[in-house]
Amino acid sequence: MIQFAWLLLAFPAAGALINLFFGRRLSKNAIGAIASGAVIGAFAVAVMLLVALLGLPAEERAVTVTLWQWITVGTLDIKAALLIDPLSVVMALVVTGVGGLIHVYAISYMHDDAMFQRFFVYLNFFIFSMLILVLSDSFAGMFVGWEGVGLASYLLIGFWFDRKDDLYGWYADAGKKAFIVNRIGDFGMLVAMMAIWAALGTLTFHDVFAQAEAGMLAAGTATLICLMLLLGATGKSAQIPLFVWLPDAMAGPTPVSALIHAATMVTAGIYMIARTQPLWHLAPDASTVAAWIGALTALMAASVALVQTDLKKVLAYSTVSQLGYMMLGVGVAAYGASIFHLLTHAVFKALLFLAAGSVMHGLHGETDMRKMGGLKAKMPATYWTFLAGTIALAGIPLTSGFLSKDGILLGALVHSPVLYVVGLFTALLTAIYAFRMFFLVFHGEPRDKKLIDHAHESPRLITWPLWILAGLSLVDSLLNLPFILTLEKFLEPALGAHEEPALTLELLALALSVVISLLGLAMAYGLYMRRDGWAQNLKKSLSFMQGPLENKWYFDEVYNTAVVNPLKAIGGWFTSFFDPRVIDGAVNGVAHGTSRLGEYARRLQNGYVPTYALSILVGVAAVVVYFLFI
Amino acid sequence: MQFSVPYLLSIITFLPLLGAAAVLLLKGDGPRRAMALGVSTVTFLLSLLLLVGWQDGNAGMQFEEMAPWLPAVGLTYHLGVDGISLFLVLLTTLLSPIAIAFSNRFVHNKLGAFLALMLVLETAMIGTFLALDLILFFVFFEFSLIPMYFLIGEWGSQNRVYAALKFFLYTFAGSAVMLIAILVVYANTGTFDLMQIQNVPLSSNVQMWAFLAFTLAFAIKVPLFPFHTWLPDAHVQAPTAGSIILAGVLLKMGSYGYLRFNIPLFPEAAATFAPWIATLAVIGIIYGALTALTQKDMKSLVAYSSVAHMGFVMLGLVALNQQSVSGSVLQMVNHGVSTGALFLMVGLLYERRHTRLLEDFGGLWKSIPVYSFLFLVVAMSSAGLPGLNGFVGEFAILLGAYTWNPLFAVIGAAGVILAAWYLLTAFRKMAQGKITKPENEVGRIQDIRPVEFLMVLPLLLLFLIIGLFPNLFFDKINPSVTALLENQPAVTRSLEPVALDSIAGEDLSK
Repeated sequence: MIQFAWLLLAFPAAGALINLFFGRRLSKNAIGAIASGAVIGAFAVAVMLLVALLGLPAEERAVTVTLWQWITVGTLDIKAALLIDPLSVVMALVVTGVGGLIHVYAISYMHDDAMFQRFFVYLNFFIFSMLILVLSDSFAGMFVGWEGVGLASYLLIGFWFDRKDDLYGWYADAGKKAFIVNRIGDFGMLVAMMAIWAALGTLTFHDVFAQAEAGMLAAGTATLICLMLLLGATGKSAQIPLFVWLPDAMAGPTPVSALIHAATMVTAGIYMIARTQPLWHLAPDASTVAAWIGALTALMAASVALVQTDLKKVLAYSTVSQLGYMMLGVGVAAYGASIFHLLTHAVFKALLFLAAGSVMHGLHGETDMRKMGGLKAKMPATYWTFLAGTIALAGIPLTSGFLSKDGILLGALVHSPVLYVVGLFTALLTAIYAFRMFFLVFHGEPRDKKLIDHAHESPRLITWPLWILAGLSLVDSLLNLPFILTLEKFLEPALGAHEEPALTLELLALALSVVISLLGLAMAYGLYMRRDGWAQNLKKSLSFMQGPLENKWYFDEVYNTAVVNPLKAIGGWFTSFFDPRVIDGAVNGVAHGTSRLGEYARRLQNGYVPTYALSILVGVAAVVVYFLFI
Repeated sequence: MQFSVPYLLSIITFLPLLGAAAVLLLKGDGPRRAMALGVSTVTFLLSLLLLVGWQDGNAGMQFEEMAPWLPAVGLTYHLGVDGISLFLVLLTTLLSPIAIAFSNRFVHNKLGAFLALMLVLETAMIGTFLALDLILFFVFFEFSLIPMYFLIGEWGSQNRVYAALKFFLYTFAGSAVMLIAILVVYANTGTFDLMQIQNVPLSSNVQMWAFLAFTLAFAIKVPLFPFHTWLPDAHVQAPTAGSIILAGVLLKMGSYGYLRFNIPLFPEAAATFAPWIATLAVIGIIYGALTALTQKDMKSLVAYSSVAHMGFVMLGLVALNQQSVSGSVLQMVNHGVSTGALFLMVGLLYERRHTRLLEDFGGLWKSIPVYSFLFLVVAMSSAGLPGLNGFVGEFAILLGAYTWNPLFAVIGAAGVILAAWYLLTAFRKMAQGKITKPENEVGRIQDIRPVEFLMVLPLLLLFLIIGLFPNLFFDKINPSVTALLENQPAVTRSLEPVALDSIAGEDLSK
């Protein structure tokens, strides 16, 4: 069965190609059915692969399926091959499972769009690339998917390429920014691959890790490699310093935000670090950097999410923040917990985005929370499913988000108390912004009465994916209950053994997580529902933070001033001055000089015999001097 | 050889020249079009016989032909093809019918002369890649200047005379110096035959001066920074077919020459000067990209991108190891295919709107969606998207270069970021945003036509074939590159990055 793993790729590839070449002649429903069917078919293959893996003894659960020799040059030998192991299968299940639901949702959501066909071609292409990313058995193969999802993301962010508004500017610019910022990360990936190959002579995961574990990789080289991989991860997984593209990426249609910019693609950096964990064991310094980047990103993004007024932007910063948790997790070697959080987050954040999309659908595209309020009665299905996503995000006890985040925090606590405190404080902020969003959208009096009066619940093709995701987000915690850890044990062959922390530490972390999330809920309730005096005072005393937060800590401004504009200015100077005046000036100067010389030479040949005689004399004298003295 | 067509190389080389004569003899543009396209297509099909008869694993020259030319001075008519030149010949025979098909459609002024010059040019280019005698090579190399000079000077844009003259004089000046060096080499070895000269070691002093002279000629042709300023002028002024051939093939004559002559003939000098050339190459990668970023004319944007891309090729050549050099050979083909396609796309747009300024466009994705989509695919190929052709070459070059000198490789890799930046900026201005000019409105501007699509299609297929199955190419390139490097005293330093310490002793003893 495992030998047929390539079917996983064949389904979405076929879907994309059929809709690309024949979509014009097909009805919208047919296009949607083909695209969704392709992803659901891939999901079925992934399930069968899971069953096949479970049938193998744990130590044999890593099967390589070679497709063909890709690049062979001397000792460079790269195969197009798939690695089927617990980690890749779990990722494939997330991608095709969540992806399938989002495809179905999008049939209805995108129904009136003129570029319906194009949308589903891109979406299938994305699934195809993402599966290459998680299934490849080498760094080079992973990089193919890595850049492929970048292209899909670019195409889908700038999907409405002729639109422009105050929130995003030109949508096409948002797409371009995403691609270029990600390419900075890809530069890191390239350098990491060069360093790996120079040191070990292979790019296949299995061989690289075997040699690394055998001690063939010097610590300094390992640190360089891991820091470069980390640069790649900060691009794809939207971490400091490269997260700036993700908030703008919300310009894309909402199913895209749910699929690519919340559930799947942005987790690629986390997946990549988990996948390469044998290298990170050799580079503890790089791991520490990753942990701090994750913690600070989580805190920074959660703080920004507190003040956003646009529904999708809150969710975008929330995604950055949650990815920060995952980065913190892989930084403190809690790989299993990170992948668990990746999974639960994929479900509840896809749910929140799709529910937000349902709100937008009901409000004719409105995303400004200042105009909402009181939607509970108008959109009950959206309300209840959104609530399920909110409690998971806020980490209310017993939800999936609570357990998976707690696993990461526990790992941080074992590693460093300071990181733990940052993570815990971020959890408080998370609960506050999650419920702030929830209360502002659904509770209270409608702030734009006309808008809310015309609101309506979304059609079934939109609501039933919401119900499925809501149900999943409530039960997926069963996959990895504390102390049982089914998922983490399953992942152990790929991610290494789980560290057992002291029981008291584990209970302490659990208790604090409970307290913090409930405290956050209470504060949000006080701030945005009851508008208590204490809460208003707290808000006032923190008002000095409003400016930096609303301006997202000025990251974009700094980058534009320090990097983008100077590079453009240098390019402009090359074009307007250096190239035409200096370099070409020298060329033309030589040319003019030569023709001037020719001019003199012509004058010498003036036909006067005395001139020739003089030159003969000079010539003879020179020859005599040469022979006599040199 | 189990398969042979006698004089196949000569036939491929001179058939276009005969075609040129035939085009001039014919009356009427219709027959001339048919003749030019027919001859160049037949030449392409004949060149495919090289693949049919190819002996895999044979690193040496195949389909060799040798005849005395001027025996008194040791000149021979010596042709041969190996893994290094094979795909450059095929690139030439593929791009020529495409460029001719484009011209058949869009050139009306003195069409017969135009097509004849294109065919003459094809003979010169093929000959350059096949010649194994220094003088024969030089004749073909120089002869390619003349048809291109007239193509730019007669059929170019407003400033064509200046551009044509600059192109001619600049490259001619470089090769004049090379001719002197060829004579010096002859004086030291007594032959012009490459196969024989390779076996005669030259003194360090001769190597150094001859190397510099050859390098000047090739550096101008490539062009290596800072010898590049003729290129944007020539491209902007040249007719589309000229640009396709200029970028697609002529530039490779420089990098090919460096690989074919400089490395085997002057190995010591090649090793000594490698860091200097690499420095210019990586400067070119960054400089070309940043300059491309701010271009307003699409053709000069593509021209500066060529400076950057050819920087990668040169970096791979001077790194002198299997991966980097094989990668460079493939990257020459990749650049020809991708940049040829870019110029073709720009040309199609120019024929519709008679402007190449980015500011005259915007929102084309709405009015001509198929064209815009294809343009994006071509741009992605040029930007080195994995899965397409450009990535494979760049990746092999970078991996190889890193084992030689990490710094150069890392700077080169940074150029990959910039490539995405300038290409997507161009695409943003051209195809995205709102339609600002009435001429670009839906219905006013024609999307790509089927016959035009047929010109692009072979290149698109090559993007995928090279990107997914590069070993179809590497299998033939690698043995010849290995053989060439084995004669190098300098390659021991980085041929085997895996076990450098363990094998270094062995290799030195060879």
